[in-house]
Amino acid sequence: MTTTMTKPPADAVPEPPKNGGRRRGPKAARAGGQHHAGPVAYIILIVFTLVSIFPLFWTAVAASRDNARLADTPPPFWFGANLFEKLEVAWSDANLGEAFLNTTIVAGVSSLTIVFLSTIAGFAFAKLRFRGRGALMLIVIGTMMVPPQLQVIPLYMMVAKLDWTDQLQAVILPSLVSAFGVFFMRQYLLQALPDEIIEAARVDGAGSWRVIWHVVFPAARPAMAVLGMLMFVQTWNDFLWPFLVLTQLGNPTVQVAVAGLGRGYTPDQALIMAGALLSTLPLLLVFAIFGKQIVGGIMQGAVKG
Amino acid sequence: MPTRHDSAAPPTEGGAAPARPPVESAAEERRRARLSRRWQRDVRWSPYAFVSPFFLLFVAFGLFPLLYTGWASLHAVELTAPTDMSWVGLRNFTRIFDDEFFWNAARNTLIIGVISTVPQLMMALGIAHILNYKLRASTFYRVVMLAPYATSIAAATLVFVLLFGRDYGMINWGLGLLGFDHIDWQNGEWYSKIAVSTIVIWRWTGYNALIYLAAMQAIPQDLYESAALDGASRWKQFLHVTLPSLRPTILFTVVVSTIGASQLFAEPLLFDANKGASGGSQHQFQTLGLYLYEQGWVNQHLGRASAIAWTMFLILIVVGIVNYVISRRLRASS
Repeated sequence: MTTTMTKPPADAVPEPPKNGGRRRGPKAARAGGQHHAGPVAYIILIVFTLVSIFPLFWTAVAASRDNARLADTPPPFWFGANLFEKLEVAWSDANLGEAFLNTTIVAGVSSLTIVFLSTIAGFAFAKLRFRGRGALMLIVIGTMMVPPQLQVIPLYMMVAKLDWTDQLQAVILPSLVSAFGVFFMRQYLLQALPDEIIEAARVDGAGSWRVIWHVVFPAARPAMAVLGMLMFVQTWNDFLWPFLVLTQLGNPTVQVAVAGLGRGYTPDQALIMAGALLSTLPLLLVFAIFGKQIVGGIMQGAVKG
Repeated sequence: MPTRHDSAAPPTEGGAAPARPPVESAAEERRRARLSRRWQRDVRWSPYAFVSPFFLLFVAFGLFPLLYTGWASLHAVELTAPTDMSWVGLRNFTRIFDDEFFWNAARNTLIIGVISTVPQLMMALGIAHILNYKLRASTFYRVVMLAPYATSIAAATLVFVLLFGRDYGMINWGLGLLGFDHIDWQNGEWYSKIAVSTIVIWRWTGYNALIYLAAMQAIPQDLYESAALDGASRWKQFLHVTLPSLRPTILFTVVVSTIGASQLFAEPLLFDANKGASGGSQHQFQTLGLYLYEQGWVNQHLGRASAIAWTMFLILIVVGIVNYVISRRLRASS
């Protein structure tokens, strides 16, 4: 979806007087705005960027120091020598190997399932006619409003009754539905999938599942990728439910394991920071690689067609 | 507009096809009819097949728990024996009204919600406005601003606990350089709330900025041009073109942030130096989400926790209605 298409060529509007002398580079032209940003705008952005990154950077700094140095003033601003040693200790202390495996399974299974179910449901809502479509779509949107606290108590009772506490399926099953996902895919398919293509496939004798497989999935692939990444980030970072249901430390997700590091009675701050860093590293890596696509996806989901 | 694909299928019965060639055998006729019936069944029922997994899962893990929480809130249930329920009627709810900790938590949730949501959304609006200019490396800023969103609540909170430390925390050190006294971020009635809000603001401002930016880019450019022709300054344009066009998006983010704020749990849980669920030594930053957890999982009264959950839900519905009414008013007055 292009939201900038209605804009006239940038040359049609006069430059602001403040920085009228600056040339338009190709990068600047891509941004889509009407005027060039002034120096004040850049300063604000840079400050905001630093504030966004600093806690993450400092997590690494703190993880590389020993506790005596952390309890000193001024606090350290640059790396010490202990980083890898602390990461290793945090890795073994919080049983992070197992936690990473668990979280990867949970986030992987949930996000793949959500993407699949959201795509077929989003396709039905966007392109097929059936009785009750409007009402059902309203219900989907309504479910986004229900706070998770309302659900955890019975879910906990169910899981306890099934004897699933401390097992991964207890975390996975409730996270398989995403109303947001259905909404997101519907919005995308409304625009990205022309009716004629479906009709053509129909005329050629394709049944509904063939249409899904050969027409909808290829057309929806970019949105599926973005939704998958968003859902992966969300389930990876989920805290409340795994925290409640994985109470024995044997089988936690990364978030629960790291929170456990912070809740010892003699906290080793550098160690906690090492755990915090490790828990976030995979996602930051994902962001470093796919950041642009994720940003595009969030912005796309934000504009309701 | 979706197409009615069933019209593409040939009619099955009746006299709709008089010009059919007579050479077809009876078997061929039956085969066609069968194919066509299957076709129509497919067109008619497959939409339900496509949406049903979502609704089945939702009923099992969304709707049923929601209703069951209501049922449990009318009983005395303990965590130790979740299947042992004895009817107490509305007692769990009436108890809430005399419960000072509930009201304390409700007040804290409201305060933390306001002081995290309002600055967050205003800053997001400003950042989005700047990002909407022509910029060098604009994608870089957008991606970097989303880094806090990718950070888990647990990791973010643990870092901020250290940054907000009373004696050696970096924030107090910075304030000391500026000549301020050290602040006890953990124990101060207001300071602790500000600290918890800061974590929320840090994680979500960039995300909301991107949502606003997307909406800003959808505003037709000629609106700005005609405003400029009328002699409106940039600031006037922002006030009279950008803001009104963004109103639905702003309302959306307000609703989402309100829901998020009402659910605050991990931040106050992990911010607590006493490692408990009481939200500080004086319950100064205990939110409703945390109080629910304390009642249900620390004090093990699941029935009471259910009543708290439903009360929260009712409050949210009221907030939602108020939001809706206000936005209607705003729209009517403009």
